[in-house]
Amino acid sequence: MTGENRFQSRWGSEMRVVVDFDLCESNAVCMGIAPEVFEVRDDDFLYVLQEEPPPELWDRVRDAAARCPKQAITLEG
Amino acid sequence: MLTGEWEPARTALPSGTDERLDLDWELGVRATGLDLDEQVVRLDDGRELFYDGLIIATGASPRRLPGTEDLAGVFTLRTLDDVAAIRAAIDAGARRVVVVGAGFIGAEVAASCREQGLDVTMVEPLPQPLSRVLGERVGAVIADLHRAHGVDVRLGVGVEGIEGDGRVERVALADGSTVDADLVVVGIGVVPNTGWLEGSGLELEDGVVCDETTLAAPGVVAAGDVARWPNARFGETMRVEHWEHALDMAMHAARRLLAWGEGVTDVAAFAYEPVPWFWSDQYDRKIQLAGRPGPDDEMVVIAGALDDERFCVAYGRDERVTAVLAVNMAARVVRYRRALADGLTWSQVLEDAAASGS
Repeated sequence: MTGENRFQSRWGSEMRVVVDFDLCESNAVCMGIAPEVFEVRDDDFLYVLQEEPPPELWDRVRDAAARCPKQAITLEG
Repeated sequence: MLTGEWEPARTALPSGTDERLDLDWELGVRATGLDLDEQVVRLDDGRELFYDGLIIATGASPRRLPGTEDLAGVFTLRTLDDVAAIRAAIDAGARRVVVVGAGFIGAEVAASCREQGLDVTMVEPLPQPLSRVLGERVGAVIADLHRAHGVDVRLGVGVEGIEGDGRVERVALADGSTVDADLVVVGIGVVPNTGWLEGSGLELEDGVVCDETTLAAPGVVAAGDVARWPNARFGETMRVEHWEHALDMAMHAARRLLAWGEGVTDVAAFAYEPVPWFWSDQYDRKIQLAGRPGPDDEMVVIAGALDDERFCVAYGRDERVTAVLAVNMAARVVRYRRALADGLTWSQVLEDAAASGS
């Protein structure tokens, strides 16, 4: 469950994914939840594949941000 | 936090959701009993809370060494207060640390203390750290990692007692030797917090026993460290203590409870069959494990080599892959975790091993 509309009021029509790479430890929790957006590659660095993901991915991106153990992902928009 | 790198405030849960959820917090109050027939939770201030649905998430408490309760300088590591107390002991000048138990907690404490230049001895009764979970070969890799960073690793020997006059002075080992210490951290596992449920009618056995959907009784679910349930994917009744699991099982249990409330009868749709997953940071190594290795599982290296800084191994039995472990290859574990959920076979893993030349 990703709780649709859980945080709906906080976002308008756009979402922008921002990762604080000083905090990120590449645990890859986000990649497990939203692999379309987050990818930890074999070099152990996190790559954001879609900085402005489409609305159908927002629930999972929010879930990924909420579950990041380092709270390194923020969502703007 | 143990290394002083993080301030306590940084561990706070993200805020801002409470008001949307319309929650009433009852902080500083302890649940002392449960009456399933009356549907009430009894509190230690004498009140009773009625419920339509109940989620039991009372967690677990660390095991302590008997007879050390009154000895200063002996700690377990579970709560924010525990970290603060250990941190304070280090700041007050503790220099000789003995870590009892070379599990993940013990190993991380040992690494954190070595990184601050403290003398560290780690004592473990098993032949290798975590050998019952990861096997002796991977266990030996972890022991070597700690030795390479200057930890005095004592394996195959238990702790006989902790000695000192009001404050810890030394740790006596079962082989007759002693290790001087001014700080002892005990990491020998946890006990689920089910004492308040004794006599409630819930089945308790190393946790609250749930069905395969996380339901423990009509209208009652359990989640996290306190919950034991049959995970059909592994053919095992398990209790899982990982960080990610606490989040994941909580969400599943909440869904299950809501479905119960709505009278949903198709419980098969609510079978909870996750692939457990966690990581442990020790020095410059990130160890990740997905799955549930058994003590007698076969183990095969599928990338790198055990004496490399980066490697990946798989565990399995009866043609089934039970777990994948990696050191400094986090992405690989995430991908294999997904594959495990999709029914990864042992022969597929052997093909991966051959392809990587391991």
